Amino acid sequence: MRGPVRAGVVPAGVAPAGVAPAGVAPAGVAPAGVVPAVLRAEWTKARTLAGTAWLLLGVVAATAGVSVFTVESASCHDGLGCPGDPAKLSLTGVQFGQAVVAVLAVLAVGGEYSTGMIRVTLAAVPRRAAVLAAKAAVVTVLVLAAGAVAVLGCVLAGRLVLPGHGLTQAHGYELVWLGRGPVLRAAAGSVLYLGLVALLSVGIAAMVRDPAVAIGAVLGLLYLFPILAGVVTDPTWDRHLQQIAPMSAGLDIQATTGLRSLPLSPWAGLGVLAAWAAGALVAGGLVLRLHDA
Amino acid sequence: MTAGTVVAAPRPRVRGGGFGSLLRAEWTKFRSVRGWVIAMVVLVIVTAGFLLIGSDQCSVGNSACTVPLGPGGEAVDDSYYLVRQPLDGNGSLTVRVTSLTGQIQAGPSPAHVRVGTQGTNLRAGVAPWAKAGIILEPDTAQGTAYAAMMVTGAHGVRMQYDYTGDIAGLPGQVSAAFPRWLRLVRSGDVITGYDSADGTHWARVGTVTLPGLPATVQAGMFAASPSYWQTAGQSGTGGPTLATGAFDRVGLTGDWPSAAWAGADIGADAMSPQLPGGFRQDAGTLQVTGSGDIVPDIPGNGGGNGVNISVALLGTFVGLIVAVVVGAMLITAEYRRGLIRTTLAATPRRGQVLLAKVVVTGLVTFCTGLVAATAALAVGERSLRRGGSFIDPVSTLTEVRLVAGTAALLAVAAVLALALGAVARRSAAAVTIAIMVIVAPWMLSTLLAQGAARWLLSVTPAAGFAIQQAYPRYLQTSIDYTTDRAYGPLVPWAGFAVLCAWTLAALTLAFFLLRRRDA
Repeated sequence: MRGPVRAGVVPAGVAPAGVAPAGVAPAGVAPAGVVPAVLRAEWTKARTLAGTAWLLLGVVAATAGVSVFTVESASCHDGLGCPGDPAKLSLTGVQFGQAVVAVLAVLAVGGEYSTGMIRVTLAAVPRRAAVLAAKAAVVTVLVLAAGAVAVLGCVLAGRLVLPGHGLTQAHGYELVWLGRGPVLRAAAGSVLYLGLVALLSVGIAAMVRDPAVAIGAVLGLLYLFPILAGVVTDPTWDRHLQQIAPMSAGLDIQATTGLRSLPLSPWAGLGVLAAWAAGALVAGGLVLRLHDA
Repeated sequence: MTAGTVVAAPRPRVRGGGFGSLLRAEWTKFRSVRGWVIAMVVLVIVTAGFLLIGSDQCSVGNSACTVPLGPGGEAVDDSYYLVRQPLDGNGSLTVRVTSLTGQIQAGPSPAHVRVGTQGTNLRAGVAPWAKAGIILEPDTAQGTAYAAMMVTGAHGVRMQYDYTGDIAGLPGQVSAAFPRWLRLVRSGDVITGYDSADGTHWARVGTVTLPGLPATVQAGMFAASPSYWQTAGQSGTGGPTLATGAFDRVGLTGDWPSAAWAGADIGADAMSPQLPGGFRQDAGTLQVTGSGDIVPDIPGNGGGNGVNISVALLGTFVGLIVAVVVGAMLITAEYRRGLIRTTLAATPRRGQVLLAKVVVTGLVTFCTGLVAATAALAVGERSLRRGGSFIDPVSTLTEVRLVAGTAALLAVAAVLALALGAVARRSAAAVTIAIMVIVAPWMLSTLLAQGAARWLLSVTPAAGFAIQQAYPRYLQTSIDYTTDRAYGPLVPWAGFAVLCAWTLAALTLAFFLLRRRDA
């Protein structure tokens, strides 16, 4: 946690060297060369920040750790208390890993505002949309990679632990394994879900700029809809809420049983989250374009 | 001479730089940042306005959405099968109970089971709080005063009265080999309950005064069996249950003018998952079968018809995020801008700086929280009532505790975020940790098995939400108090103490780190 002070210093020293070609390229080389240079600059920043590796590790630890805790506590004896959907249960950790993803993504944008680095970045690359796109791309790739490891951990936990807790084929439960189509969809969809949460966070961070406010907004947006849905007793309202809430709708992708009773089909649910992410990115891009940095 | 000036100079500085001016400095920082002031207004609005979007299935005038009130003003469940006759003046009723059997509905979620539509899924089994025994009450209206002696499924002989009262008698389960004798004696307003294992050696279980008991009361045998509901993770099984008590050796003293027993279901309605009861009488024995319960109403998940008043405080979750963001920023913004160096140069005693920040954060959030919680209760109650819901009543003292407790919850959460901010020196980390440890356990608890959920909600700062529990726990109900958000595993002040302990630990860590580290 010594990061914050150094975080500002290290990239400020390193990045100009990395960004310099970007500033030069548009003049000398074809404009098409700009995008890779911006990407390389953002990649250098992400790579050299001490926090990035720890946060990626945190994504894996939080996601897989909570899943292990959840499947360990599952029990199914005498037909009582059996979870409905073992695959979804195994992927529970995604609901918590996403908070770390949000921090990572928010800091990628908001961190530059904290240190003033954003002025250097935008001076080097005046095409602000390209900067945001590059940041979004780098963060998303990192999160997808960490997410894949994390989700694999979740699936492994479900596969290895659940049969020992009574969720066996004898009780009518299929094994949680990627060989089954719905489980593969749930697992791959969970990785995509984390990537979309990263994009949503990047967009919101570009909108509000302050990391603290951004992280509060992202976590509020994700977690408060489910809590609100808990008290709405009207089934129609409840269903509508679950259809528009980014987290509830997005996590429909994890369902492998009872698909008919879902408020949205799995992929449509993930689409709702994608729409939220796209909206946040567009709004963030507009703010970045129209406001002083 | 020079020594004199050196000594003299610091004095006014020390006086001017005391804790009071430190507080003023922190207060000035707080009030002069427009965003933080706006955040406090937002906190009030989101906390109070959260419920306006909700709606309820009860329509105005739907009798199913009202709940009878007991003699103490509390909401009650009052449904059972009663076999009665009137008793004039003083007298007594004695019975022998030779068995308590029952049926439990096993099957899918009984979300809204209607009377008469089930019966196919019943299997033998006695609910722990299934009860059969004798009862004495002024009339058969729901919510009326009463005193009763009963045998129960798993809790031995009990004397219960006026819904909240519960006294244990003989332990053990009743059977033909181990019958239980029960007796109620009325003398004016005073009812005394006795039990016996053999009909000759009697023990007094309890004496109850029912003020204003009329000369003629209704007395007789009853049977009731509460809904059985077992949750684990996201699924649950349960449904209505039935209990049958077998009575014989009925002995009456005093003036019982009607000389014949009359049976009736008391308090069955469309919302209660109650099964129809009945009674059979032959050759001195009576079999009484009934469903329902005679207990305080537990609003919400437990199957009660009323609404929990703390639902109106649900916006606290949103307000908490605002409070946490502001709390963390009060210190991380100083690190970000480098102001912390000025602050610490001006006041080298760093512990006092931290303390001043804690006081300002805590007080501002507490006062804002008071406004927010008061508004939330007022707005929430109005909007719930307009939706036709019945809010289970609470005492004024409880309402005061809910408001002050919610404000204190927000204040302590903000201070926790402040401490985390001083430790992490980075707002995103502090805000995330604070939100995850306070809010996330509630979400996770709904996915976990009961033991793990109970543990999680006892040891994490999330336990602080216990301060919003509005209704007392009654041990004589079959409600699971541990995973319901309205209760949680800890009682209000214990849960709040857990949050305070975590905050104190974080503050201690922040204090040492602030002293040891370079700013």
